Amino acid sequence: MAVKTLIEGVREALTEEMERDDRVWVLGEDVGKKGGVFLATEGIYSRFGEARVLDTPLAESCIVGVAIGAALNGLIPVAEIQFADFIHPAFDQIVSEAARIRYRSNGDYSCPIVVRAPFGGGVHGGLYHSQSVEAFYAHVPGLKVVIPSTPEDAKGLLKAAIRDPDPVMFFEHKKAYRLIKGEVPDGEYVTPIGTAAVRRQGINVTCVAWGLMVHHCLEAAEAVAPEGISVEVIDLRTLQPLDRETILRSVEKTARAMVVHEDNLTGGFGAEVAAIIADKGFEHLDAPVTRVAGPDVPAMPFNHPQEEAFLPNPEKIAAAMRRLAAY
Amino acid sequence: MSEEEQARTTTARQPRHAALGLSPERLQVMYRQMVLARALDRRMWVLNRQGKAPFVISGQGHEAAQVGAAAALRPGVDWLAPYYRDLAFCIAMGMTAREFMLGVYARAADPASGGRQMPSHFGLSRARIITTSSTVSTQVPHAAGIAYAAKTRGLDEVAVASLGEGSTSKGDWHEALNFAGVHRLPLVCLVQDNDYAISVPHRLQMSVDSVADRARGYGMVGTTVDGGDVLAVHEAMKEAVQRARSGQGPTLIDAKVARFTSHSSDDDQRRYRPQEELEAMLRRDPLERFRNYLLDETVLTDESDELLQQGCTQEVEEAVQEAQAAPEPDPADLGRHVFAQRLDSSVSGDGVGDDTWQSRR
Repeated sequence: MAVKTLIEGVREALTEEMERDDRVWVLGEDVGKKGGVFLATEGIYSRFGEARVLDTPLAESCIVGVAIGAALNGLIPVAEIQFADFIHPAFDQIVSEAARIRYRSNGDYSCPIVVRAPFGGGVHGGLYHSQSVEAFYAHVPGLKVVIPSTPEDAKGLLKAAIRDPDPVMFFEHKKAYRLIKGEVPDGEYVTPIGTAAVRRQGINVTCVAWGLMVHHCLEAAEAVAPEGISVEVIDLRTLQPLDRETILRSVEKTARAMVVHEDNLTGGFGAEVAAIIADKGFEHLDAPVTRVAGPDVPAMPFNHPQEEAFLPNPEKIAAAMRRLAAY
Repeated sequence: MSEEEQARTTTARQPRHAALGLSPERLQVMYRQMVLARALDRRMWVLNRQGKAPFVISGQGHEAAQVGAAAALRPGVDWLAPYYRDLAFCIAMGMTAREFMLGVYARAADPASGGRQMPSHFGLSRARIITTSSTVSTQVPHAAGIAYAAKTRGLDEVAVASLGEGSTSKGDWHEALNFAGVHRLPLVCLVQDNDYAISVPHRLQMSVDSVADRARGYGMVGTTVDGGDVLAVHEAMKEAVQRARSGQGPTLIDAKVARFTSHSSDDDQRRYRPQEELEAMLRRDPLERFRNYLLDETVLTDESDELLQQGCTQEVEEAVQEAQAAPEPDPADLGRHVFAQRLDSSVSGDGVGDDTWQSRR
């Protein structure tokens, strides 16, 4: 085991999968010689060459559309969208095409592509380099939505995504890329898509999160522990398919639940988690399900005070934990 | 007479089809594909009026462009990313009358979608016709991706993206042609310009007479061709396919065609097209034109044509009977094929899984 960053986990997964299977093909803006704007594909171009690591024109719909076509003709494309904020032009290709190819062809065709995109704020990215877009895609049957929060999972889940026979949206929190370090197992392993991880055991409050927010929740849980509030932190890891059982099992134990996400509150994926808990775990609840999320403003501002004000952080989350425990 | 003059005289005397390397037998096959497509198309409108097909969308008037183009391709090797008017194209690529009618009736055995999609949303992996949606132009980047994969894998395959002129206004069309031009991909983009995108005329769709004028901007060859002349389209397509196969990059073909029917069964083109225009258009029937050519060249006789027509009518009727008798999709299969593997129903809501992808991929 060696300690690595989350982005190293991504890079290792890509490299190993490209070595394992020569059908794996990386495409996106600046993914070649530059190695991507975050250096997620650093060193991959020099190792595998332009035929397998392609700098595309600056056209997101083209990137995903071409990936779909290449998948239909035998490749396993891993498309990088430079920032999740720029994925919207590809929405039609992802939602109308990739997600439906198997269904609308009644199983005659499949679409094994991965679309990777850095998301999330806290890096002074302003309105167009900070967004969380997972809720849009988690709403779409036919897509899998994966968001790793640790280097180990970044590697294991990306490998699983590349081997998956269906389209996978793989969102990587850009602030977590280098901030989050952790042990990564040596040798070959794959982390299955569709299973949540309990990151901290607890008995008073269930706290559900994904991406960087998992780490904020763990910090908050640590802060409230001396006060006698024992928080169980669940890292969803995949939003679609969602591991409902792990959530509900925890709520059965704690009787109190909260969801934390960076995306703005209304229509965020937290609403779905809250609805599932209300629907399937109602009889276990001693308190209303709480959400901690970004405010309903169009996007995260660039200036420091407003960016801070937008983002959930360990203090805000801890405060919500205290309120919920006291309810 | 010099040798050169002699050669020229010989060429001038050679029938057009022979100069294109098309045998009389091949011409008969092509003619039959056009006749069959027209017969299927007309029959589905009757089914629509009888209330047996809730929606139909047509390719009448486009047959020469489609069959002429398909004749330059190798079915099962080359790829077609079609659009909803490509009935004759798909027939020529290997889709059967029965398979088409199963789609018109939205039956479970419909190979394109199991009755999930509207009719004429083609797709048939056996014939390398990719699955299509209703959101026009999305198939053009797919064709570019297919061509890219073929090129990078060293495969001798050509991808054809087929679409109407209205679709060329969309961003995906531009993005895909730009990509294809950059990588000199083995791609042919066949635009079937029938002057109308539902009701919006060509003049409000683009500022040029031919969309092929844009080819230069993508670093590719552009050709404008009379889409009512099956041999002219074939010639343009043959050149384009040769160019693609020999690594010289993509081609944009603008085939001028006629839309005989309204946009779909939910449209009435008399509301926005002048009567004289419609009458003049119907006098330019590509099927009639090809028939006259074949009669002139004695590739066809009135008697053999009669037999061929009867054969097609019978094939259509058998397809209709078979499709009508075929079972409808089972409501319990609503959740099939969302994902490859069966997921726990409590987790995903997915139904029965599909374990065939491993062998397919």
